Amino acid sequence: MKKYLSFFRIRFLMGVQYRAAALAGVVTQFVWGGMEILIFKAFYEANAEAFPMTFQATTSYIWLQQAFLAFFMAWMMESEIFDSIVNGNIAYELCRPVRIYSMWFARSVANRLSKGVLRCFPILIFAAFLPAPYGMAAPESISSFLWFLLTMVLGLLVTVSFCMLIYVLTFFTISPQGLRIFFVSMVEFFAGSVIPLPFFPDKIRTIMELLPFAAMQNVPLRIYSGDLAGTYLIKPIVLQVIWLILLTVFGYFLCRYAEKRVSLQGG
Amino acid sequence: MITMKNVCKSYKVARRNAGLKQACKSLFHREYETIHALSDVSFTIGDGEMVGYIGPNGAGKSSTIKILSGILTPDSGTCDVNGRVPWKNRMQHVKNIGVVFGQKSQLWWDVPVIDSFELLRDIYSIPEELYHTNLEELQELLDLKQLLRTPTRQLSLGQRMRCEIAASLLHSPDLLFLDEPTIGLDAVSKLAVREFILKRNETHKTTVILTTHDMQDIEALTKRIILIGKGQILLDGSLGDIKEGNATIDETVAQLYRSYNI
Repeated sequence: MKKYLSFFRIRFLMGVQYRAAALAGVVTQFVWGGMEILIFKAFYEANAEAFPMTFQATTSYIWLQQAFLAFFMAWMMESEIFDSIVNGNIAYELCRPVRIYSMWFARSVANRLSKGVLRCFPILIFAAFLPAPYGMAAPESISSFLWFLLTMVLGLLVTVSFCMLIYVLTFFTISPQGLRIFFVSMVEFFAGSVIPLPFFPDKIRTIMELLPFAAMQNVPLRIYSGDLAGTYLIKPIVLQVIWLILLTVFGYFLCRYAEKRVSLQGG
Repeated sequence: MITMKNVCKSYKVARRNAGLKQACKSLFHREYETIHALSDVSFTIGDGEMVGYIGPNGAGKSSTIKILSGILTPDSGTCDVNGRVPWKNRMQHVKNIGVVFGQKSQLWWDVPVIDSFELLRDIYSIPEELYHTNLEELQELLDLKQLLRTPTRQLSLGQRMRCEIAASLLHSPDLLFLDEPTIGLDAVSKLAVREFILKRNETHKTTVILTTHDMQDIEALTKRIILIGKGQILLDGSLGDIKEGNATIDETVAQLYRSYNI
């Protein structure tokens, strides 16, 4: 276990040292969040009754999403892992007494955490001071805030275990391009990062909420904004746990299989 | 003790001719060709031996190293490294081997070298005391004092290679694979690396398998050479056996390649 914690540590330390990248990220997310809120404002002005979430809940959702972008965005994958498969540097990692899957998992969590921790505070503080429906509201209650934290951790782990599948599949396809584009756009759409899931038509939504993508950012962000509460919490949290177990177990064994049959690239 | 018996390994390679038409055709139908990287390779290497494993590019050297280090599973044949089958139980096997790939890097690019070393300490669960004695010794012999606090990306190739070699020996493996360890190094670094490997073999009785195209490496380090070409072992003997009169080592080897038509 200690070895994987060390991987976590070195990746985390590495991640927090890129200050300029973090600053650029913060600025982008401010602008992006502001733009999204303006678009939604136009919709809500047309007919606020037609929407499933209050405008305040939607703005909280957007600001949190921007603050914790690094936790949930599928495209924030580690190019170093792809590179190591493509150019054969993975040979070194296979020469060590470590499980490739566990090592990459620890690395990816550390990478996302380090990026998220660096970027979330300026955005959260700024959004908290914006005037009422445009800023971020305080959480509904202490208990909903605690549920928010728990489901955020689960959501982060589900996101990482999904990305792990993409890394592992690269063993078979050699080039990651196609896989990345396909899976990343799928995650974007189905996870509610373009439009929150409650905005989808009911029939489609009930199916979408069962998919692993809904177990990522959808749950914590909706809990915080008060859209999910009480007994409605049980189902999505259970689904998060189930998907986390399924994705990691499947990814782990696929990775073991891949390790045995891959041929390594480069001399 | 390493024994390889009748090991075969082949790869499938997609081939096509140049041009747009051929590229379109290969979208629908690919022609694969089977490349026999290793066919019927057998040899035995004793404990504490230093062996030069030579052959032209694409002869199967790297494939052999990868099989011995447990990364690659051969199609057929048996292999035994100190009582273990490398690819059967990779995790156990790799605890006792060290590998240096001259063309790849195992150090973390953006952090000081010492951080990479400490990660390796945790990966191999090296006891604190052993880690410190080993680090002390490697620092001394490879002259790393100044380098350990520098980020890897700011090291020169020679400096980096010295760190890479140290990184592969922190867990005191009894078997060391060196895959072109002196590639691209200047004369001073080359000599330093060679001297270090010799010393390591003498003091720790580490078995060393060295692949290289630099025949001076071979001359300086090994008594025994194994020549591989087109996936087959062509010669297994000492340098003295093949050298004729005053020919330099490079001439001798070139002559050897020509005579085997590889």
